[in-house]
This record gives sequence, C-alpha cells and structure tokens, in this order.
Amino acid sequence: MFGRATYLAVMAACVLVTLPLELVLRARVYARPRRWLASLLPVFVVFGVWDYVAIRRGHWSYDPRLTSGVRFLGGVLPLEEVVFFLVVPTCAILTYQAVKRLLGPAGDRERPDRARPDRLDRERR
Amino acid sequence: MREYTLAAAGGIVLAVVLEAAVLRTGMFLDRRYWLALAIVACFQLLVNGMLTCPPIVAYDGRRILGPRVACAPVEDLAFGFAMVTATLSLWRWTGRRPR
Repeated sequence: MFGRATYLAVMAACVLVTLPLELVLRARVYARPRRWLASLLPVFVVFGVWDYVAIRRGHWSYDPRLTSGVRFLGGVLPLEEVVFFLVVPTCAILTYQAVKRLLGPAGDRERPDRARPDRLDRERR
Repeated sequence: MREYTLAAAGGIVLAVVLEAAVLRTGMFLDRRYWLALAIVACFQLLVNGMLTCPPIVAYDGRRILGPRVACAPVEDLAFGFAMVTATLSLWRWTGRRPR
C-alpha cells in the first residue's frame, strides 16, 4: 500500500499511536528533550553498530520494494533503521512514563516528575 | 554459525549488567518497569509482524535458531528486551535524584 515508504509508514504509525501518551497522559518525554535524547544516544549508537555489523554479515536484509533505498555508512545502514532506533526506544520511554502516571511514583529512586528539574532537564516547563 | 543467536544472548547479558551493576537504578525491583516491558512486548510482536511477515526485513536462516514468533525469529525478542531495558535504565539514570 505504501510502496517504498512501507517501513517508514510502520515507524510513523508507532509515533502516532504513542503520541496520546505524551499529549493526554502527560508522559513528559518530548517535554524534556535533553533527558530524552541523552537516554536515546547510547542505545542509538550501540544498536546502530550492531545493526551495521549484522547487515554486513548478512544476518538480515531489506526488501528494496518496501524501503526507501536511502542508506548511510557506505550504503549499508538503511534510513529506516536509523529512524527505528530513535522511534522504538522513544515509544518504550513513553510507555514507561505512562505506566508511572497510572501507577504512581511509589518507592523509586527517580526524582518525582513535578519536583525540581532533572539533571538533564534544564528546559522551561 | 548462529551469529544472531549469540549476539542476542549477549545483548540480554549486557543490558542486565548495565542496569544491575553499572547504572543501578533499582529498575528490576520496580513493577512499573515490568508492566511497561510487558506492554512494549505486545506492541513489539505487532510491529515485528508488520516488518517480517511481508517481509520488509528478511533473516538468513543460517544465523538463527529457527523458531519464530509473529514471523520474526525468537532472537528479535531478545534484541527488543535488550534495547528497551537499556533505554529505560538510562532514562531512569538521567532522571535520578542527586545525592
């Protein structure tokens, strides 16, 4: 249905489906871009390297009819995978924050969401 | 050689070590982590199906054990666990209270 944008459409669906967690349940992930990106970066790099090596060694491959064809790092890493490693961890954090909203802050060592700014949370509220 | 199987097992170990020995946010004792993990796992099966049933992503059968869940190799569940666990551990760590 989406042709070469099919994989990207799946990623867009992930973003759209989890958006109410931020907007309605007030997960406060996108609202804290520094902490959000700092949490993502190590995972993005490590799993990106894993993906790169796996593709080079033929563990998995992508259907050229269902992917954009845009590739990075010497034509190896598909754009879709770069997006995947940003979108999926973000969805996980949004889910976790939503669960926190619903179950409450009981007994954890994290700073309460409404208290003073986090270490990596210097943005205005 | 079943390289993806080995890498996936290594991914689980590294993610668990990251949380339990390095960042130590107490996440594995927090039921909210396990609930979030369970919810994410359900959606992972859905997305795995969308990516591997057509297939958008195809796996080399020589690199995996063989069993598949929602079209995707079982190794993908380990990959997902490692990625989500590492991410949430880092999220908790970056939001920790100063001592």
